[in-house]
Amino acid sequence: MNIHKVKQILNAVVICGEELLDMDVKMGCGCDLMSHVLAHIEHKSTLLLTGLTTPQVIYTSDAVDIKAVCFVRGKRPDDDVVKLANERGIVLLSTQLPLFESCGKLYKEGLMGISEHNG
Amino acid sequence: MDKITSSKIQELAYECKVEEAMTKDVVTVAPSDTMVDVWMKLRDKRISGLPVVSEGNIIGIISVEDFIKCIIFGKKEEQVKDNLTAHVEFIYSDEQLIHVIKKFEKYRFGRFPVKDRDTKKLIGIITKGDVIRCLLKRFEKEYLEEEAQKNKMCNIFKDIRSDKTTVILKYNIKGKEFKKAGEKSSFLKSALLRMGIATEIIRRIVIASMETEMNIIIFTDGGEITVFVEEDKIKVNAVDNGPGIPDIEKAMEPGYSTAPDWVREMGFGAGMGLPNIKNYTDEMKINSRVGEGTNLEFIVNI
Repeated sequence: MNIHKVKQILNAVVICGEELLDMDVKMGCGCDLMSHVLAHIEHKSTLLLTGLTTPQVIYTSDAVDIKAVCFVRGKRPDDDVVKLANERGIVLLSTQLPLFESCGKLYKEGLMGISEHNG
Repeated sequence: MDKITSSKIQELAYECKVEEAMTKDVVTVAPSDTMVDVWMKLRDKRISGLPVVSEGNIIGIISVEDFIKCIIFGKKEEQVKDNLTAHVEFIYSDEQLIHVIKKFEKYRFGRFPVKDRDTKKLIGIITKGDVIRCLLKRFEKEYLEEEAQKNKMCNIFKDIRSDKTTVILKYNIKGKEFKKAGEKSSFLKSALLRMGIATEIIRRIVIASMETEMNIIIFTDGGEITVFVEEDKIKVNAVDNGPGIPDIEKAMEPGYSTAPDWVREMGFGAGMGLPNIKNYTDEMKINSRVGEGTNLEFIVNI
């Protein structure tokens, strides 16, 4: 699923990385715990959905090569966080939907989860 | 087909689409053709199965086994439409290759017809051989790209001649400066990339150093992370003058946390730090004295 499609499904706005929306994401992970993301994300083409907007979201994503992050519940990060994402080529999206619904919609459209992907 | 165990091949199987691998020039038979026609096509094209097509729509499949059955029962002059297998498992051209592989595992058929999702017409056919050829082609392409990329980067251990080369990187970590928490590990990642270290090794080191950096920021007034990069391993040593860990065994238990609330707001502090470090490294040693500080060392072998 490419990020254009993610954007459309979640009715999301692009915060940065507009030029990278053709990129494919293979699985999704909805998580507010960055330690969990560090521990379990093993595939590079992962979309992270989170309610956190701290710089640590970007540092964590960078560490495990996550290429796209969607903030839920209409959250938007500060400019310095956007700058960090830009420097690392990470796409940032923002949707008004809560985390559960965002994940549910994407899953319904065929985006896989970690257990299916690794198994 | 054996279960795919290589993560690289698995990744490629997710990236490739069926249309990339399928044979587009499909040999088909019509429902009114005879079983002898089937046999001649199978023989001439050296294949083992044919889709039966009527007006572009696939209505069945006919294989060598079907033909043999006809010979046994003396029905070789009969028409295809009376001898075909009508229940056809097919796949859409826009599906990922991994789905075909799973279908081969499930059904043990030799081939699947490929349909266009919009028109529902037959546009190709895919065999295990097609899947393997496609994956190998992609594998070769990525390999060549990776090689070209490697040559661009400085590979310090190949460029510099010595009996032993060690690159030492030092990062000073300020305590409680949570806004920048994670920055030094991010710097470490790009430094290791520049040195031409394999990405999988970098990932493990950076995950462990990220948790280490978090621990120093959360619990201490500051510390120092030193990274020793050698040809066969990367060693990380983290020293702080913080409060020390009273019960290391307890701190190693996943989920055990003494972190304050502000840490949780950053997405950390759930008691996964030390367990994560242990999981991603080959060796880990921790020494701590309450009131004096903690010394953590971990190694990832290359």
